[in-house]
Amino acid sequence: MTQTPALLAPERARQLAAEYGLKPDEYDRVLAILGRAPSLCELGIFSVMWSEHCSYKSSRVWLKELPTKAPWVIQGPGENAGVIDIGDGLAAVFKMESHNHPSFIEPYQGAATGVGGILRDVFTMGARPIANLNALRFGMPDAPRMKQVIDGVVRGIGGYGNCVGVPTVGGEVNFHPRYNGNPLVNAMTVGIARADRIFTAAASGVGNPVVYVGSKTGRDGIHGATMASTEFTADSEEKRPTVQIGDPFTEKLLIEACLELMATDAIVAIQDMGAAGLTSSSVEMAGKGGMGIELELDRVPQRETGMTAYEMMLSESQERMLMILKPGREHVAEAIFTKWELDFAVIGHLTDTGRIVLKHKGRLEADIELAPLESEAPLYRRPTAETPRQAVLDAAAIADPVGPEAALLTLVGSLDLCSRRWIWDQYDSMVGGQTARRPGAADAAIVRIEESRRALAMTTDCTPRYCLADPEEGGKQAVAEAWRNITATGGLPLAITDNMNFGNPEKPEIMGQFAAAVRGMAAACIALDFPVVSGNVSLYNETEGRGILPTPAIGGVGVLDDVAQAVGLGLKPGLDLVLVGETRGWLGQSLWLREIAGREDGAPPPVDLTAERRNGDAVRGWIRQGLVAASHDLSDGGLLVAAAEMAMAGGAGAVLDAGPAGIPAHGWWFGEDQGRYLLAVRDGDAMLAAAKAAGVPAIRIGRSGGEALVLPGGQSISVAKLAEAHERTLPALMAEAGGA
Amino acid sequence: MRAGIVLFPGTNRERDMALALQRVTGHRPEMLWHRDTALPAGTDLVVLPGGFSYGDYLRCGAMAAQSPIMQAIKAFADQGGHVLGVCNGFQMLTEAGLLPGALLRNATLRFLSMDCRMRVERTDTPYTNRFQRGQVFRSTMAHGDGNYFADDATLERLEGEGLVALRYATPAGEATAAANRNGSARNIAGILSPNLRVLGLMPHPENQVDPEIDGTDGLPLFESLAATLATAAA
Repeated sequence: MTQTPALLAPERARQLAAEYGLKPDEYDRVLAILGRAPSLCELGIFSVMWSEHCSYKSSRVWLKELPTKAPWVIQGPGENAGVIDIGDGLAAVFKMESHNHPSFIEPYQGAATGVGGILRDVFTMGARPIANLNALRFGMPDAPRMKQVIDGVVRGIGGYGNCVGVPTVGGEVNFHPRYNGNPLVNAMTVGIARADRIFTAAASGVGNPVVYVGSKTGRDGIHGATMASTEFTADSEEKRPTVQIGDPFTEKLLIEACLELMATDAIVAIQDMGAAGLTSSSVEMAGKGGMGIELELDRVPQRETGMTAYEMMLSESQERMLMILKPGREHVAEAIFTKWELDFAVIGHLTDTGRIVLKHKGRLEADIELAPLESEAPLYRRPTAETPRQAVLDAAAIADPVGPEAALLTLVGSLDLCSRRWIWDQYDSMVGGQTARRPGAADAAIVRIEESRRALAMTTDCTPRYCLADPEEGGKQAVAEAWRNITATGGLPLAITDNMNFGNPEKPEIMGQFAAAVRGMAAACIALDFPVVSGNVSLYNETEGRGILPTPAIGGVGVLDDVAQAVGLGLKPGLDLVLVGETRGWLGQSLWLREIAGREDGAPPPVDLTAERRNGDAVRGWIRQGLVAASHDLSDGGLLVAAAEMAMAGGAGAVLDAGPAGIPAHGWWFGEDQGRYLLAVRDGDAMLAAAKAAGVPAIRIGRSGGEALVLPGGQSISVAKLAEAHERTLPALMAEAGGA
Repeated sequence: MRAGIVLFPGTNRERDMALALQRVTGHRPEMLWHRDTALPAGTDLVVLPGGFSYGDYLRCGAMAAQSPIMQAIKAFADQGGHVLGVCNGFQMLTEAGLLPGALLRNATLRFLSMDCRMRVERTDTPYTNRFQRGQVFRSTMAHGDGNYFADDATLERLEGEGLVALRYATPAGEATAAANRNGSARNIAGILSPNLRVLGLMPHPENQVDPEIDGTDGLPLFESLAATLATAAA
């Protein structure tokens, strides 16, 4: 064996480094660390580890501003997923992650492997996944290829989640032309583990075996992480080979085998092979433990013949895990993986050298000191430019061209508000037998924990048009809405995962959006005791130089001590409707303004975090006292859309009172003022008295009953007619995409 | 009642089924492994649960129908044992020849996860004796291949011998095309073996056994079994 690997010629190395996405000064650092030119395999390792996707080099300085601690946080950002204590010795383990670029190039596989990847991040930590959610942003359905993308993404999410047997219980979808060339697919998994049985990635124990389990390694997904770190261009179609192929059947076996092994004492550390595959898993496990690692790549189970060290280290083949076992426990693990018919191979061992050493076919292929690979990784405080503030619009100065009845019918059928049934009907939301509130039944999905009275309330939220107009308020609003959605079910919000989807960070206005969104999110997290425990950043979401709407998607998790406390949004007859929170009639950036007045402008509604907290804590308290029969937060579309959604969900109508004098009717019905809830209660007087005592603004706005929404002017819109308008949009659009 | 739930690679609704059986018997059923070649002594119900056995990469249920345990299940059924197959389990029963017909791709060509309603066609069976004749109950379906198909002669025989147990119907009990989302022949949701002891159905009544989760519409099916097999054991 030679002492150095086969090195690339200097000129060739520099040229390849540029192709792999390393900037010239970044490549100079590689040379300085190695003290020589790299081998091909080494260059591949540096380029993926230092890609934006793996290194967070543009975002790290800002992400540090997010609060990550609370007494109930067991594990904050930095591990495969975040972990929170939910009582009774149980922990919720969760994270959200993007698969945006692959999902545009190859929608089915891109979305499917996004689900597979996030599932592995969660069960890697010892948790059984109990729920999947997602946050999707599509372009306009008439944009080129977009229906095919929508269809493929939905089929891919369903195809993977349904097969692994984890219910897909919630999510959100927006449509906007700014996603025409760059849709967003953010997938979230929530799992349950025993709080004292959490597994992490930090390796320890010189000589301990490094074990590879799962699927074989093939040539798929090579340089996927690098692809995810660049903008799209017209030739992105050619990047299709960088998309991985998912096998949910193998994933299901891997879940069962890993959880079975985790019940023994054989594992020291474990990590899934996600972005940058074997490279990132081996580098991160050894690095976190301050160890060295030596791998014999000949032992890696391979799907194809003639694979090189470079290909094996860069492959993003799916459904693979890397583990460090206790010495002498290999046979325990091997028996379990053989039982589940999965590959198992000891491919190396830990060393005390602090280096990663890779050997293949008797040759040294890579020898890199691990510490500088992490400590010398590029870190940028890129220039930022503030988003110019938009004017606050006065509802009284905006003409209402159609009146509330017509506006409501248009809004409930509009792309951003129409029924998502066409989507969720393709996702198994019930498997596991614990889903207490399915999609559409409550503001957050409710899943009971096996052998427990407790349940989790889970949601994903973001309003990208607010974020574009004012990233700081938008960031604040995204966190607040997640908190509100959990609160509206009776759940106590505990923590979030964030998925930061932005454009090219090298543009100051984009970096400015990012920094401002983080600022707003941090303020909301602090005010609402809702820390960030995990997250993911996806930058360079641009096509032909045009960025997406800034989209900091928030995945929120809360807990109900007793599943019987949960309330949904379905309205039943004979109840008082009470509006909680202050209404000013804020039309800036509202969906009414966009869909009815044809304008996308103005400042978005500000979030008063003090009022948010006070109103939400009061509402949750009332729900837990059993005073609330149905509950819905007010968000897109405002009060009248919320009332219509409750009516459609429960099949009952309502007679609505006029709003207070001084607020124009369209502002009252469709304004998107924040921090508000619409509650259906048996005793409105008692509720108003309780609100007054708590210092919470609340007024009675009507009473449920009948089969129509009756407006103060006497106009009556039947619930059936609303439902027809609400339900027809997506099926009609997607009918031609194949299958009804 | 001594029940065993068979685990195949890719099975994923075994926990749901265990909860449903536990609710009516008070104890956890046994989990059986696909490589087993014999059933535990005293077994009086074998359940083939839902999921994606072997990934459904060949025809759904086709690989599972060839597994070692299936020989033991066939012998058990031949001797009058009770076998319940739900969703992927129904597909296995048709692939294994324990029930006639086949489950084709849904007529919509999409995975269907939604409420459905089934009309109970007869109540003198081990699976339906706690229902009323003609009763309509709500359940959920979650499948890509639930479109029941058999040739006309087989369908006539099933109808003639009263072996159609459950039919997709409207809440009012009409077996309409609109109520039959996956496109099954004659709205067939579930069929019985001639001795009435093997039942295959596509929907998941095991998900409707708990008032806190999704109501208890499916509970009578499990109560029927428990009553039947408690009597048999006594």
